[in-house]
Amino acid sequence: MPPKKPLEVLLIACGALAHEILAIRKQKGLENLHVTCLPAILHNRPALIPARVREKIRAAKPRYDKIYVLYGDCGTGGMLDAVLNEEGVERIAGPHCYAFFAGQENFTDMMERDPTRFFLTDYLARHFHTLIYKGYGLDRHPHLKDILFGNYRGVVYLAQREDAELVRLAERAASMLELPLEVVQTGYGELAPFLERVA
Amino acid sequence: MTEDKDNSQNQDQGQDQDQGQDEDIDLRALSDQDLVEQMWDDLYDGLQEPVVEGTNILLERKWLPYDILTKSLIEGMRIVGIDFRDGILFVPEVLMSAGAMKAGMKLLRPLLAETGAPSLGKIVIGTVKGDIHDIGKNLVSMMLEGAGFEIIDLGVNVSVETYLEALEEHKPDILGMSALLTTTMPYMKVVIDTLKEKNLRDNYIVLVGGAPLNEEFSKAVGADSYCRDAAVAVETAKDFMKRKHNIKASAGSSAI
Repeated sequence: MPPKKPLEVLLIACGALAHEILAIRKQKGLENLHVTCLPAILHNRPALIPARVREKIRAAKPRYDKIYVLYGDCGTGGMLDAVLNEEGVERIAGPHCYAFFAGQENFTDMMERDPTRFFLTDYLARHFHTLIYKGYGLDRHPHLKDILFGNYRGVVYLAQREDAELVRLAERAASMLELPLEVVQTGYGELAPFLERVA
Repeated sequence: MTEDKDNSQNQDQGQDQDQGQDEDIDLRALSDQDLVEQMWDDLYDGLQEPVVEGTNILLERKWLPYDILTKSLIEGMRIVGIDFRDGILFVPEVLMSAGAMKAGMKLLRPLLAETGAPSLGKIVIGTVKGDIHDIGKNLVSMMLEGAGFEIIDLGVNVSVETYLEALEEHKPDILGMSALLTTTMPYMKVVIDTLKEKNLRDNYIVLVGGAPLNEEFSKAVGADSYCRDAAVAVETAKDFMKRKHNIKASAGSSAI
């Protein structure tokens, strides 16, 4: 009897997770997982995320056995979940990628203890200058820093990989915001078990 | 978005020369309507100086401070709000526009008090507990203040106890709550449920706002309305105040 062919699974993911998903897939040999991403910059306009995810789901449905979505709620206020319910597609649990990297309970505790901290992941540490610094106009209007970040008291870098260059970039980001940095090594958190489960 | 007032200008002159044209606009030479429209453009571009100059010129022309606020500054910010919603403008541009509006308001604020501009009502506003985001809340406060509301801003990370104390102390018409995070928006229900428990809910109009919210959520938590942006917040607050006055008036007439 020939071995059972694994299901072809598509992951529709935020571009900010692409590197991590591919790394886990390679590490765990999850060859039946395919990935398509939406631009991470959509986070600057979360209201657009649900419709863009729906488009991807509908385009992919005829070609894959199963589809999963790798987004948190990401500021859509439940609208992404409403779309996923309609489409019958599951997503990884949690409000943000910070939560599934840090672990849901741990992240909730961190936020309850101190909501004044700005979070970075590997992706955000790497792209801080483009997405945050330039994206929020701080290169053109430095005085906006106090308006945008004046309520923050620190930066927490949730590190997926152990990479000195990324730590250096996180330090640079914190220094640009004139905030102290804390580095927390999370690894891939709940992302890896989720991918193993759905593969 | 500064408009070229001279339609005959050669469109091929290039950006630098266009900017030169903008600098040459003599605001004093403009009619009232053109000046107001120019102020909308300058607000849109986040230019503080011309907004202040335009405000001064309208004052010299004996405009009432309240009219300058509503017809030039608030209307200008309403246009900014529409283009933000439609993805044409982004957060930094909106903040620059808000800075220009603030500069104009700084000039008008003392005059509004002197001229007895109408007070439309009192609002206690704050970002809910666990949330420190206040850009939207501050824009809403500024626009509401400009429209004639008295604002008591409780800041960020506001607990239900602090809301209740402020409501007791200031006895506002409206309670405004803001949240940016999916994880903090449910706290609005905690506040509203506490008001219900204490039989205080009907004493206040409750308006909620914030990027992840929507009308459905607003209904689910028991708020009176969801405000999509600052301009909508102003219109919604005004509408509710009108209704409140109408109810009072009809109650008064039926008593007679």
